[in-house]
Amino acid sequence: MSAKDIIDTLAGIEPGSALDAIRARRLQARENAQKSYLSLFEPIDAGDFSLAERAAVAAFVTGLHGESPVAAFYREKLAANADGAALVEPIKAEIERGKTSGPYGAFPAGPLSVEDKAGLIYRVSPERKPELGTRLVAALEHAHLLVFRPRDAASADMKALLAAGWSETGIVTFSQLVAFLSFQVRVVSGLRTLAAASA
Amino acid sequence: MSTINPPVVFTQDELGWVSWIDPLPEGELTERHFAGLVDRARAKSEYFRLLVRDPEVLEARTKTDKDIFYNVADGLPRAERELAAAATSRYNGCIYCASVHARFASTYSKRRDDVQRLLDEGVGADLGERWNAVVKASVALAETPIAFGPENIAELRSAGLDDAEIVDVINGASFFNWANRLMLSLGEPSK
Repeated sequence: MSAKDIIDTLAGIEPGSALDAIRARRLQARENAQKSYLSLFEPIDAGDFSLAERAAVAAFVTGLHGESPVAAFYREKLAANADGAALVEPIKAEIERGKTSGPYGAFPAGPLSVEDKAGLIYRVSPERKPELGTRLVAALEHAHLLVFRPRDAASADMKALLAAGWSETGIVTFSQLVAFLSFQVRVVSGLRTLAAASA
Repeated sequence: MSTINPPVVFTQDELGWVSWIDPLPEGELTERHFAGLVDRARAKSEYFRLLVRDPEVLEARTKTDKDIFYNVADGLPRAERELAAAATSRYNGCIYCASVHARFASTYSKRRDDVQRLLDEGVGADLGERWNAVVKASVALAETPIAFGPENIAELRSAGLDDAEIVDVINGASFFNWANRLMLSLGEPSK
């Protein structure tokens, strides 16, 4: 089972290794991180959020974290999708435009305002909007907010997604996908760092 | 429609949470949804009735969460897993998540004043070598690009954590990068 586990694969954890044994002590977490991945990328019903859109958002989100085995994995997933292959180049270009350092954003006005930190408010470049389409343009802009400045999120952002054709159920799955990847890319990075420090 | 009274500081008080888009009505939940909720009592929560719009993802997320935080058969003490969750939430700016996990950190550590200093002063608060190492590691993991490196591992080890405990820090802090983004972007806290 561990040979197919996506986190183990991306983190380079070999069956029988010390980290494999440590991961086995949180078997429910390991199995359900895997089930989370499968239910997001091989869902029962992709009616509210297509597989090509999922792969495009995943490639964008993981790419924004910098080049890594995780980013390469989702880029390949996008390239392997019949409707996604044409999106590989535009997504790559948008990753370059969107790269910055987070988290930043504003706190609710009050004593925490001294900690407000300004940063890039990313918008898809106008010339790439036609090839990405209304839904993906809105999704990439919101995904960038979730990655770098989640504390800036406001109810108006939900309205923007609804206006771009996202259903409420689609918004929930899309938010889960971005949030899950934020977890997955960190676990993989953390485990790789630990493995390297133990070598 | 209840009036929202958003908190403007980090707190250990109990907060409510109000969704910006429609949760499923309780009366419309099916067995597929209850499987997604894992605990039937979660049908009372607006947050979980919103996430249950995708029951398979919610079920897997919930079971991941529970094992990372509640499985204390071995590994890092619960208090320090909650500290990682609270520090991540403080750094990302999730007042709701920070309130819940700061309370848990206080309950399990009996160090309520130290936990409050994390909330009041932020992730730079001096909480002693071991807690500082956990907070710093959580902050480094929360950054994008991820800043977690060998120096974090060295600090955690010199503070007395073994590799299994370090994996609990990585899991707990990483998980809150998932939780914070849902809580912050689908609704807002209310006092």
